[in-house]
Amino acid sequence: MQFVAEVGAATERSVAYVGALAQLLGKSLRLLFLSPLKRNRLAQRAVHQAMAVGVGALPIVSLITFFVGVIIALQGAYELQRLGAMQLVASLVSISITRELGPLITAIVVIGRSGSAFAAEIGTMRVTEELDALETMALDPVAFLVVPKFLAMAVMMPCLAIWSDFMGVLGGCMFGVASANFTFGSYVIATRDALVAHDITTGIVKALVFGLVITAVGCQEGFSTGAGAEEVGRSTTSAVVVSILLVIVIDLVFTTLFYLARGTA
Amino acid sequence: MAAPAAPSSVISVRDLRVQYGDREVLHGLAFDIVHGETVVVIGGSGSGKSTLLRTLVGLEKPSSGEVRVKGVDIAKASAREMDAIRKKIGLAFQGGALIGSLSVGENIALALLEHTPLKPTTIEVMVRIKLEQVGLSGFENYSPSQLSGGMRKRAAFARAMAMDPEILFFDEPSAGLDPITAAGIDDLILDLKKAYSMTMVVVTHELASAFLIADRIILIDRGNIVAMGPAQEVRDSTHPRVRQFLDRVADTTQDDDVDHMRMYTEGLK
Repeated sequence: MQFVAEVGAATERSVAYVGALAQLLGKSLRLLFLSPLKRNRLAQRAVHQAMAVGVGALPIVSLITFFVGVIIALQGAYELQRLGAMQLVASLVSISITRELGPLITAIVVIGRSGSAFAAEIGTMRVTEELDALETMALDPVAFLVVPKFLAMAVMMPCLAIWSDFMGVLGGCMFGVASANFTFGSYVIATRDALVAHDITTGIVKALVFGLVITAVGCQEGFSTGAGAEEVGRSTTSAVVVSILLVIVIDLVFTTLFYLARGTA
Repeated sequence: MAAPAAPSSVISVRDLRVQYGDREVLHGLAFDIVHGETVVVIGGSGSGKSTLLRTLVGLEKPSSGEVRVKGVDIAKASAREMDAIRKKIGLAFQGGALIGSLSVGENIALALLEHTPLKPTTIEVMVRIKLEQVGLSGFENYSPSQLSGGMRKRAAFARAMAMDPEILFFDEPSAGLDPITAAGIDDLILDLKKAYSMTMVVVTHELASAFLIADRIILIDRGNIVAMGPAQEVRDSTHPRVRQFLDRVADTTQDDDVDHMRMYTEGLK
């Protein structure tokens, strides 16, 4: 009985947590359009955030997805070689990167860089009463802090995903040119032939949703920080862990949906 | 039935009760603060004085009773009404609570930039004036972390005054400061009182400072008002709990206090 009760309580907590995330997203959407704060200042803060979460992540996202592209090509070649189908390396790399790995790896890098930073920033502001100070100045913390973060993420995650697609394919291309009898031109053509627009758009849709989830979790964890520096650490950790879990779950759901919808598409 | 608010009162509190979880921290307070008055709320640690301050500015919701600030019941106010009130009040936090990612000047300019149509150049001048008032001229471009504790408090005063509020709240303005800086802060409050006839509510446990700046004193003990009146009257009070607080006599029975503190800590979990 005890076990059943615990499972029930844990389920209730999870549902309440997801509810809180949805509420935060809903409130942010409402405040985006009905903001009591000035638009141009909101745009400034959003651009500032976009620089931090998007432009700042470019080097590391580039490096990692490039390597992942090489790795996929190497792993694929290991098997394709036996079938004498080395020319399929290009389509293997391009499809797995654009549909899956580009957005996913971008999401994980962004969680580590920005999801954790959101939780730490807002959590610290909770501890030092800065959130209270914002409230007493009639600056809603959600309108002031969270809306620009959602905006920045909604724009930058798809951009980063597209860039990571490019870098991943470039990684595959390097292998293809070096040891699979491709030339740069023929690899690009093979990639172009393998991809359909749908592959790239599904990746971008996923990246957008990941961005919203990462922001919601990071900010939610920040706001729920208790008293003391230790709590900020706890919030940051759980922002990362929960974001990764949710991103993977959502990835599974979306990939399933796209798979089921393939016939009709 | 509670008495109606006095017509001239800027803040009127009736049967205010505040709970953290199941624990009641304030047990039915009632008082009025009139325009231009400096009221000092004193009380020991855990007496509920900080909770009272947080409730007056709308950071805590009363569990029952009424808190009217400029005629609006803040327990029932909509977000828009609450924002309108908040633009007329200023709160200087105990630790300053300056936004760490902004410079001192940007902190003071923040509310002005968001809530007023003033030009940035005008705001820049206003920021300089506010900083000069608190004796921090030239510190606009410092980050809050580069300031000392006392300077941070002064910067917080400047920020609280940025919108020229009608009511200023101070949370422990001289706590944790050396006597000279603390005296400087008292002088600053007295200056503001003389120059702007602002309504001020100061929460503190520094007795010397309380008697120096107060028109009226409210002594809170374990969530109840035990004494309220002009500074002189409270000083001459014969109430045993007031005497004990003013004469700095330790509690002989610690249990009550421990219970009371537990009430807070458990409520917070």
